[in-house]
Amino acid sequence: MFDTLSDRFEGILKRLRGKGRLTEADVDEVMQEIRTALLDADVNVRVTRQVVARIREQCVGLELSKALSPAQQVIKIVNQELTNLLGGETLKITYASRPPTVILMAGLQGSGKTTNSGKLAKWFKAQGRNPMLVGADLQRPAAVEQLRTLGRQVDVPVYSDDEAAKAGTGDPVAVATRGLAEARRLGKDVLIVDTAGRLAIDEEMMDQVKRISAALNPNYTFLVIDAMIGQDAVEVAQRFHETLAIDGVILSKLDGDARGGAALSVKEVIGRPIAFASTGEKLDAFEQFHPDRMAGRILGMGDMLTLIEQAEQHFEKDQAEEAAQRLMDGAFTLDDFLQQMQQLKKMGPLSNVLGMLPGVPKELKGAQIGDDELKRVEAIIRSMTPGERRKPEVINGSRRLRIANGSGTTTGEVNRLVKQFSEMQKMMKKFGGGMGGGKKGKRRMMPAMPGMPGFN
Amino acid sequence: MTALIAALLFASFPIIPLVLVFVVLVFGIGVLLYSRAAARRTTTEQRPLPKPPTKPPSRSGALVESRPVEVPDSADTTDEAIVERESVAEQESVAAPTAEEVYERPRFRDRLARARATLAGAITGIRGRAGITDETWDDLEEALLRADVGVKVTDALLADLRARVKSKEITKPDELLTALQADMKSRLDGADRSLRLEEGPDGSPNVWLFVGVNGVGKTTTIGKVGAMQGRAGHKVLMAAGDTFRAAAAEQLETWAHRAGAEFVRGAEGGDPSSVIFDGVQAASARGCDLVLGDTAGRLHNKANLMEELKKVRRVASREPGRVTEVLLVIDATTGQNGLTQAREFAVATAVTGVVLTKLDGSAKGGIVFAIETELGIPVKLVGLGETIGDLVDFDPDEFVDALFG
Repeated sequence: MFDTLSDRFEGILKRLRGKGRLTEADVDEVMQEIRTALLDADVNVRVTRQVVARIREQCVGLELSKALSPAQQVIKIVNQELTNLLGGETLKITYASRPPTVILMAGLQGSGKTTNSGKLAKWFKAQGRNPMLVGADLQRPAAVEQLRTLGRQVDVPVYSDDEAAKAGTGDPVAVATRGLAEARRLGKDVLIVDTAGRLAIDEEMMDQVKRISAALNPNYTFLVIDAMIGQDAVEVAQRFHETLAIDGVILSKLDGDARGGAALSVKEVIGRPIAFASTGEKLDAFEQFHPDRMAGRILGMGDMLTLIEQAEQHFEKDQAEEAAQRLMDGAFTLDDFLQQMQQLKKMGPLSNVLGMLPGVPKELKGAQIGDDELKRVEAIIRSMTPGERRKPEVINGSRRLRIANGSGTTTGEVNRLVKQFSEMQKMMKKFGGGMGGGKKGKRRMMPAMPGMPGFN
Repeated sequence: MTALIAALLFASFPIIPLVLVFVVLVFGIGVLLYSRAAARRTTTEQRPLPKPPTKPPSRSGALVESRPVEVPDSADTTDEAIVERESVAEQESVAAPTAEEVYERPRFRDRLARARATLAGAITGIRGRAGITDETWDDLEEALLRADVGVKVTDALLADLRARVKSKEITKPDELLTALQADMKSRLDGADRSLRLEEGPDGSPNVWLFVGVNGVGKTTTIGKVGAMQGRAGHKVLMAAGDTFRAAAAEQLETWAHRAGAEFVRGAEGGDPSSVIFDGVQAASARGCDLVLGDTAGRLHNKANLMEELKKVRRVASREPGRVTEVLLVIDATTGQNGLTQAREFAVATAVTGVVLTKLDGSAKGGIVFAIETELGIPVKLVGLGETIGDLVDFDPDEFVDALFG
């Protein structure tokens, strides 16, 4: 499932790639694939039909450009259309003139409200604000305890009524109101109120959250939506929006492999932007939402921008630039390699990283390029002397044996590594030479990469 | 570039070309895109968040995503477990379930009545037309897709119907709907939906593990299953194998209390396998015939967490335990990703059945139709509400009827 979608899409466009012109039949076939791709990504049926109709219109009258193949042109149109649908504007938080700025969190059970309340608090702290959390979920056993734990982790105070929560009684409206008073007393400028999960069709519970909202008069009401949600997203968003007037959506569990087409449907239905996306279990895995990336994800085309941003965060920039330069010059040593490998490791399991690369064959994505292997390679390199790392040619039989013993591997493995490394080195040198080494030159390699929308 | 990627495939140490591909990608494309991204950021007046790589070196472990698991020595856990067991045993008689007095099995239709409006439009539209038109097919397709049945299954079901309409076997809209429902029901026919509880030698409990992604309702389901099996006369023990999420054990303990089951927990952040192991040991010692093992929610694409789950299963099936069910809990709102979830969890833990939760909302849970027909994993239980009695056996006929409102 993980790749079939983009494979299919890439497959059909590959067939088109050879052609200079799109026939009616080609367009039909492509539209069928796009429809399937969108539905597989959980984009709402009606929204899918509208989008496909719009894309078809543009494709049929397509002026064939010389610079781009038909396939690239189609991808560009699709990508553009989805990005537009996901909304250009990013939600910008305007803080209340009379603090605190009150934020109400709402959503279905299990969508991730409590966790995201904690993450949002951390995000506000990073913006230089002084947030406070209120646990108004008195329904789920131990929900308040969970929020308190999160509060401790991000170092943000949590207000709630533990007694009432334990007893399963207690009035969330009263807790929320007291929380607001407490925030004023403490001079907090942001107040995040976590509420119980509820079904959108549970009138009693929807009425309760409405009363909480009326009591607090929140500046922002966020709807937390699970990225794995299917067609029901529209129904849920609509009902919550009718009850609460949603200001923005937080898309949770985006670190899974769900394509999150629901995001598109929700945006379309309630006309409010996706404000944040939660991308991991750690509390800092939370970021503002980028519609253009989501488009690529829905189409299963890899998430280059996220990858690059992550790389920027985790890679030591100077070091890496230097390494890249040396690589082009053919002066890349095993030491540089080791360094880069460690940087790469920081970005998470390799399988995740690979998933974000467009055009990587699925055999590769499926294969567990194990983190074990990474360890073995590292062990081998670490068992070499600095001299050997700079000049692997000096490794002879006895040195090889020493390295193998030192790293707990076999001489064969050491040999293979050294051989492969030197082959790659040669290849990179050729590659680097062909590109002239300059930064402008690198742009030229782009069209050679399949399935990358919007870059040409 | 393609040459590099090809090299990746054949290299016996794919890591080498991978790193190189990386360096090139990041600094070829990175430079290009960074300037673009920067431009975009300034135009949207969004303050760039400079997050310099000041991460402490401690995060550079091989499995960056691995949770901070400190493995407690098993002696510790066992001690703690025993204490818990005793305290729960004391409460047991007090917390006898009250549900048995008036326990009426809730029905799909009653619960789902609330959500019917969602699809009623399409179905009324179909019925309202004199013949079978293009709109009929559109409506039918929409009804199936909106129920999350999935495009592949939908296309297959409709293709079959189209052929039958063409051959004039079906001519009226009503017949079309009946045929579709019959077709769907027959595809769900014949699956074994019973929960396996084997008689065994004394002191050899059955173990049922509950697995799934985050937030689908595993802990709540265990509470309900515990009550259900307790009513059926089994002696149940619940093991709090979710040592990751804050306060998960407290949540399960509340349920154990309500269901009158015994309860074993470990240290927060501890090794889940050791908790399940302790649970099996405790069950064996106390003559329980069923252990319900909770596990932490995990996304199926996190390899290290799936490895952890494999270990839990291995340990649970060690003597004297016997794993007789591994139940995958799926939330009815889940979309097409549910199929991937089922596939991955099945590979890791040999899932024996599906529990579909939160079907009392507006979601139809059609994804389980795809899971059962494509992967052959039977749906066994359905959650229809928040109270302890709201878990019922899956009934394919009612499920299919409910899909059409």
